Amino acid sequence: MRRRQTPSQTVGPFFAFGLTPGQYGYSALTGIADGTMAGPDTPGRRLRLEGRIFDAGGETVPDAMVEIWQADATGRYPDGRSNTGFAGFGRCGTGTDPEHRFVFETIRPGPLGDGQAPHLNVILFMRGMPRHAFTRVYFADEAEANASDPVLSTVPPERRSTLLAAPGSRDGVYLFDIHLRGERETVFFEP
Amino acid sequence: MSETSSRDLPGYAPFDPETQPDWVVHGYHSSVSRSPGRPAIPLVQTLSELTGPVYGHGAVQPLDHDLTQNGVTDGAPLGERIIVTGQVLDEDGRAQPDTLIEIWQCNSAGRYIHTADRHDAPIDPNFFGGGRCVTDGRGCYRFITIKPAAYPWGNHPNAWRPAHIHFSLFGPAFVTRLVTQSYFPGDPLLAHDPIYMGTPVPFRDLLVMDYDPEVTEEGFALGYRFDIVLRGRRATPLEG
Repeated sequence: MRRRQTPSQTVGPFFAFGLTPGQYGYSALTGIADGTMAGPDTPGRRLRLEGRIFDAGGETVPDAMVEIWQADATGRYPDGRSNTGFAGFGRCGTGTDPEHRFVFETIRPGPLGDGQAPHLNVILFMRGMPRHAFTRVYFADEAEANASDPVLSTVPPERRSTLLAAPGSRDGVYLFDIHLRGERETVFFEP
Repeated sequence: MSETSSRDLPGYAPFDPETQPDWVVHGYHSSVSRSPGRPAIPLVQTLSELTGPVYGHGAVQPLDHDLTQNGVTDGAPLGERIIVTGQVLDEDGRAQPDTLIEIWQCNSAGRYIHTADRHDAPIDPNFFGGGRCVTDGRGCYRFITIKPAAYPWGNHPNAWRPAHIHFSLFGPAFVTRLVTQSYFPGDPLLAHDPIYMGTPVPFRDLLVMDYDPEVTEEGFALGYRFDIVLRGRRATPLEG
């Protein structure tokens, strides 16, 4: 029997104790994931991804949640059976950093081998957003791979830069701000 | 290199435009400044979308599904004890086993444990309000909790959210992710709530639990049923 999709509803302002309890200091529940996706023993090049989310008025959003799903350093998506301890999934709220940044400590994903450039898959949730938004993070220093990426190629050229994380001041740090609206509006996808 | 190709995995149906709310919801003020201004770009599903995080039974503790016990400090939480149960399916009616469900809610006075909640209603020292479980082989889940209450939220004059429980689910792939809210039948506040009303008619009812005497337990708790439907398979799988 055909069933209809349950409608999405906003995550609201008070998700933190349920979804990101450890990050926000709630001890009654242990979170399934946080911004620390990789430890010192995880194989691969270190990646620290930092960014802020800006609303239509240019204000930083202090109560959003960002989720990341990514391949490991060999380009393989974890299937729960690997022994490396790398789950490929991270979650971070923007409410614990004074500048409302999200921060992920992870590794650089490898190429998938299907023509796609290395990337992180992102879901964005926040109060005011009736359903979540999908986007992707590519790396500005992967120009050659990005040029032939089949997903980036569907994005109008003048908007592709909104999907590129830029190297920061320290090695392994990349910056990726998300703009919900305006001139620099981030590209969102409908997969 | 990946051992699985996107050709080996099923594609998923898109968001259903008839049941899903728009980015901007009439009367829900923050949806204007906090939603994308331009249409999302269609994305052909690749291995990135067809795979997803795996959180099975190892991710939950024994009391995680029982919110009447997992926040106790010195006694039982106050309020009306309820059972909330249901089946997770996809649009094609397939049960979704081994999928993680996370829930969170306010207490019986309408107050969240979240430190940002400034509503002048009491915290219950024996109620945390967060829980989770993993669906069984038939896609079924079951929580024991306290019935949440309405609370004011400042969206418009005298605005009160109807009592609700937040649900978060993964499903089998990154694209089947769902975060929603479930409401109680017969609540007069529903008709005044722009978040609930943002779901198109006639699909709002999909957000409302059913009272179920079969779930209700004699001398213990009222029972409610809330089935959850995730995106189904695409009729013709696309190659990534």
